[in-house]
Amino acid sequence: MNPVNYLYLAALLFTIGAAGVLIRRNAIVVFMCVELMLNACNLAFVTFSRMHGNLDGQIIAFFTMVVAAAEVVVGLAIIVSLFRSRHSASVDDASLMKL
Amino acid sequence: MSFPLLTATAALPAIGAVATAAVPAARRTAAKWLGLAFSLGTLVLAGIALARFEPGGDRFQLTESHAWIKDFGVRYELGVDGIGLALMALTALLIPFVILAGWHDADPLETNSSRWRPTQGFFALILMVEAMVILSFEATDVFLFYILFEAMLIPMYFLIGGFGDRAHSGSDENAAAQRSYAAVKFLLYNLVGGLIMLAAVIGLYVVAGSFSLSEIAEARANGSLSMATGTERWLFLGFFFAFAVKAPLWPLHTWLPNAMGEATSPVAVLITAVVDKVGTFAMLRFCLQLFPEASKWATPVILVLALISIVYGALLAVGQRDIKRLIAYASISHFGFIILGIFAMTSQGQSGATLYMVNHGISTAALMLVAGFLITRRGSRLISDYGGVQKVAPVLAGTFLIGGLATLSLPGLAPFVSEFLVLVGAFAAYPAAGIVATTGIVLAAIYVLVLYQRTMTGPVKAEVQGMADLKARELVVVVPLIALLLFLGVYPKPLTEIVNPAVQHTMSDVQKKDPQPEVEAAK
Amino acid sequence: MENLIALLVAAPLLGAAVLLCGGRRLDRAGHWLGTLLAAASFVVAVVLFTDMLGKGAEDRALHQKLFSWIPVEGFQADVAFQLDQLSMTFVLLITGVGTLIHIYSIGYMEHDERRRRFFGYLNLFLAAMLILVIADNYLLLYVGWEGVGLASYLLIGFWQHKPSAATAAKKAFLVNRVGDMGLSIAIMLMFTTFGTFAYGPVLEATGETSEGKLTAIGLMLLLAACGKSAQVPLQSWLGDAMEGPTPVSALIHAATMVTAGVYLIVRSGAIFNAAPDAQMVVVVVGAVTLIFGAIVGCAKDDIKKALAGSTMSQIGYMILAAGLGPIGYVFAIMHLVTHGFFKAGLFLGAGSVMHGMNDEVDMRKYGGLRKYMPVTFVTFGLGYLAIIGFPGLSGFFSKDKIIEAAFAKGGTEGWILGSVALLGAAITAFYMTRVMLMTFFGEERWRRTATPSPDAPDVEPAAETRGEHAEPHPHESPKSMTIPMIVLAFGSVFAGGFFSIGDRFLHWLEPVTGHDHGDAPIGASTVTAATMVALVIGVAIAWAMYGRKPVPVAAPRGSLLTRAARRDLLQDDFNHVVLVRGGEHLTRSLVYVDHTLVDGVVNGTAASMGGLSGRLRKLQNGYARSYAVSMFGGTAVLIAATLLMRAV
Repeated sequence: MNPVNYLYLAALLFTIGAAGVLIRRNAIVVFMCVELMLNACNLAFVTFSRMHGNLDGQIIAFFTMVVAAAEVVVGLAIIVSLFRSRHSASVDDASLMKL
Repeated sequence: MSFPLLTATAALPAIGAVATAAVPAARRTAAKWLGLAFSLGTLVLAGIALARFEPGGDRFQLTESHAWIKDFGVRYELGVDGIGLALMALTALLIPFVILAGWHDADPLETNSSRWRPTQGFFALILMVEAMVILSFEATDVFLFYILFEAMLIPMYFLIGGFGDRAHSGSDENAAAQRSYAAVKFLLYNLVGGLIMLAAVIGLYVVAGSFSLSEIAEARANGSLSMATGTERWLFLGFFFAFAVKAPLWPLHTWLPNAMGEATSPVAVLITAVVDKVGTFAMLRFCLQLFPEASKWATPVILVLALISIVYGALLAVGQRDIKRLIAYASISHFGFIILGIFAMTSQGQSGATLYMVNHGISTAALMLVAGFLITRRGSRLISDYGGVQKVAPVLAGTFLIGGLATLSLPGLAPFVSEFLVLVGAFAAYPAAGIVATTGIVLAAIYVLVLYQRTMTGPVKAEVQGMADLKARELVVVVPLIALLLFLGVYPKPLTEIVNPAVQHTMSDVQKKDPQPEVEAAK
Repeated sequence: MENLIALLVAAPLLGAAVLLCGGRRLDRAGHWLGTLLAAASFVVAVVLFTDMLGKGAEDRALHQKLFSWIPVEGFQADVAFQLDQLSMTFVLLITGVGTLIHIYSIGYMEHDERRRRFFGYLNLFLAAMLILVIADNYLLLYVGWEGVGLASYLLIGFWQHKPSAATAAKKAFLVNRVGDMGLSIAIMLMFTTFGTFAYGPVLEATGETSEGKLTAIGLMLLLAACGKSAQVPLQSWLGDAMEGPTPVSALIHAATMVTAGVYLIVRSGAIFNAAPDAQMVVVVVGAVTLIFGAIVGCAKDDIKKALAGSTMSQIGYMILAAGLGPIGYVFAIMHLVTHGFFKAGLFLGAGSVMHGMNDEVDMRKYGGLRKYMPVTFVTFGLGYLAIIGFPGLSGFFSKDKIIEAAFAKGGTEGWILGSVALLGAAITAFYMTRVMLMTFFGEERWRRTATPSPDAPDVEPAAETRGEHAEPHPHESPKSMTIPMIVLAFGSVFAGGFFSIGDRFLHWLEPVTGHDHGDAPIGASTVTAATMVALVIGVAIAWAMYGRKPVPVAAPRGSLLTRAARRDLLQDDFNHVVLVRGGEHLTRSLVYVDHTLVDGVVNGTAASMGGLSGRLRKLQNGYARSYAVSMFGGTAVLIAATLLMRAV
């Protein structure tokens, strides 16, 4: 199978993720879309690794996964505490730093 | 290695500032005495520097040089010529009087209040300014000078914005707003000038590869460094703009009346008699020495601006209703004279300009501090709130008159010597400029005498009744200043002896010769 | 001997310093100290004078250099004194009359609580005036020049609580400053032309420069002289200066300071001799002032202001004579000295009259005072006869010589100037007779002051505030006041004769000023006869108007000229409208411009910056998604730009 198709898929996933981040208001969904974008990137990295025949892309994909895991921890914690204080998970409601 | 006298002269007030600030809140009086002691110590050191200086010797004396930021060739280089020394001595001389005059200016508003009002801070900031100004008169490294030039804005900002004149009209909030407006205006104006200068400083480094004044001057003299005409002019303008803001030259003057009006009178003296002198000093030291060709190129425009300053400042002084703003506009007129003297590029003009800086410092200090005593007594800065003070407080009125007469350059008092030298120097090179500047002496008489007449003579106003005459502390401030004005008016030789060789060096830097008198030229 | 010269100045200067700084401790003895030091200066002057008489005419000049004042490259100003015959004449006049007036002031100022300070100022004046006349260069002369201006300012405004006095003092100083501007420009011109401003080198080198330069210097010196000597167009301050105490008017505004302009012109004779155009202007100024002052003097009802007009006119004579060149220099100085005697005497007499009349100055409220003040009457009368040029008295000799010299100028000019001088003599006779008649003769109009006159509102309240009753009790003044008057009367009678017999004064001054007899178109006796005729006409008209019929207490409306003359021929109104009002408008509009335009640019920059940041702030709306959009947009733009760059 032509590896370029994987790149098309990565681009598609990235676009879906980006559109979700921009359009959706629910913080959880926005968050998931960010994950989607990260994973699209991972896919692209792995594909490039395969195409170029070296391991650089796979190594970076691992880094990305680590960062994504850390981000999940911090991000979910923020979203939960945000929900607690404002009783809403909408990102637009959180336009002020202090209430 | 010999004792680093110049560093010590600047370091002592800096140490004093820290020490004064560290005095516990409750012991305000101790902080005042400590500040005074440190300023007097600085005066002693400046006196020693004066004594050690040999008028006929090297151009820069008492030099010190240490590497500072090696990668950029920035050095900690100090040295004084006669001009820097005279101004350094003036600064060291005035600060004790400023501190004494401002003895109660930063006291807590309610007596026995435990609330901390930063009395300590007031005196610490004054000493900080003193340290920076003195060091800037000594710096012979352009970068070092630039840092000090900018850094002195910080304590000045707090002095203007934090300690306003308690005599104000209108509500307290209104006064606070006015004050912070004045302080911010002062800061922004000078910062803009400073940033343009920073660009020029960097440009100079790129072109010359050094920050050292002596190195650059030497390289220019022996031809190993030549600047393109355009480059030199741009760099000159960058430096000059900063100094013209600080001096201040028309039309960059509008921060001065606000700052001097809102600050307490000792701080106003600090602004006009000490800090502003750095601007005119730097024109003489840096503009002329680093960019002689560009200086000559810009002379016509600068002379016109200086003449406008002289006449415009004096006319606006006539139209003021606020005593302190009047003195501020008078100062603008006087700065016009100083710049006229510098850029006339004659020996008389430049010697006169240097003497003018010193004499203007003393005379404005005398006038402004007495005005401050007057304003504190009555609680108003408006001229129309006074009348007949002469009757109730004759000594105050007498000293005020002497300060005023010095401001209008009466012969016998020091400012006459310098003003006449500037006029003669300007007239010799540019007769028309000399004649226009002469109108300044008539206008000066108008604003001084009108001020004196409205405040001191006539029937005694009810609010002025019972006004106390000068107290011992105030006399200690005023009498030495007046004595000095008289002495330097009758016998300015000690000062001219120091200044003349430095002026001759500057004249040879710009490669100018005095115009010959007609009769001798004919021979 | 030359070391004594500095002592002349040092004595009064010491007095001024001690009296002004000494505080109230000196209140009781201050006036004696001041008088003593003035007298000491006079004694030194006499010693120097006798020494000078013992020498030959050519080596009489003494020179003393004290120290180098302003040593700057190419610029030498020394504190050095030069005492030649011209300076000596002035020194004797200043210290002599000055001492007399100190003595007079002891009595006159007896009830003033600030008497000590008054004597301090008087001493300061003497010191400055002496510096003015014995300086050996123009810059030091300038010091004295402004010094006497300061002393005059302080003394005119001595009664500062009176707004009119404070205003008059300020006016005097300001008008003088305009003149000073002329002097400083003249000095600057000398410096660029000759490289120095010491008398010797400048006056010897006049031949080496162009006439244009010398004319410019001469005109600037004349401007200075106009300011100090109250000549048209800078004469307006002298009338107001009469607000000062009368001894001040006598010493400063009659005998000495106002004659400094004459000194300046005579001293700079070499410059004027080589610049005939400047000389012409000097003559015109003198002639115009001569008539101007005389006309003003005719209309004033205030005795001191009438005398002030007369002073102006008499100095006009001197300036006229000085402008004639070597023909007139000696006579200008001679008239200056005799005028110093009789005008000081007249002012002291006026002061004595005021002293006895509750400080009333309006002559319409005098009359018949000769019975009550015999000494004052006689001394004032002698001064009067001297000033109108009664044969045999001082004024006769000195004024006659000036009129002769004016004719001797030759040509049409000579005739015009001579006629003007003669006309001036007639008017002088008129107004002085008027003063004499209104004050000492006629009915005792002061008895009627119980009914206040509506025409003198500014005089009446002054008397009332001092709580004095309406009717004064004229009385003779104390000895300390009458003795100086008697001494001055002696001078008024005999000085002119003493100087003129055998041309003593001419021989004394000639080595300094030079002399030229000119060629008079008419003989000396003809001139004297014409002067006598003018005198008789003047006196006769005055007698017809003020002697034969009673003088009304309220001033009549008078002709157009009279009304204008009462207002100093409208010069003050002109000044007020053009200079004061115009200046006020100028400064006010400049304050406005500074605030709105110059500061407006600054504040405008600040405001537009504020506005811009206000707009930009809107972008930071706090919505995470809009930040995300801008991030995406920005990234997209960057990527597109990178790709485009690649493609190109």
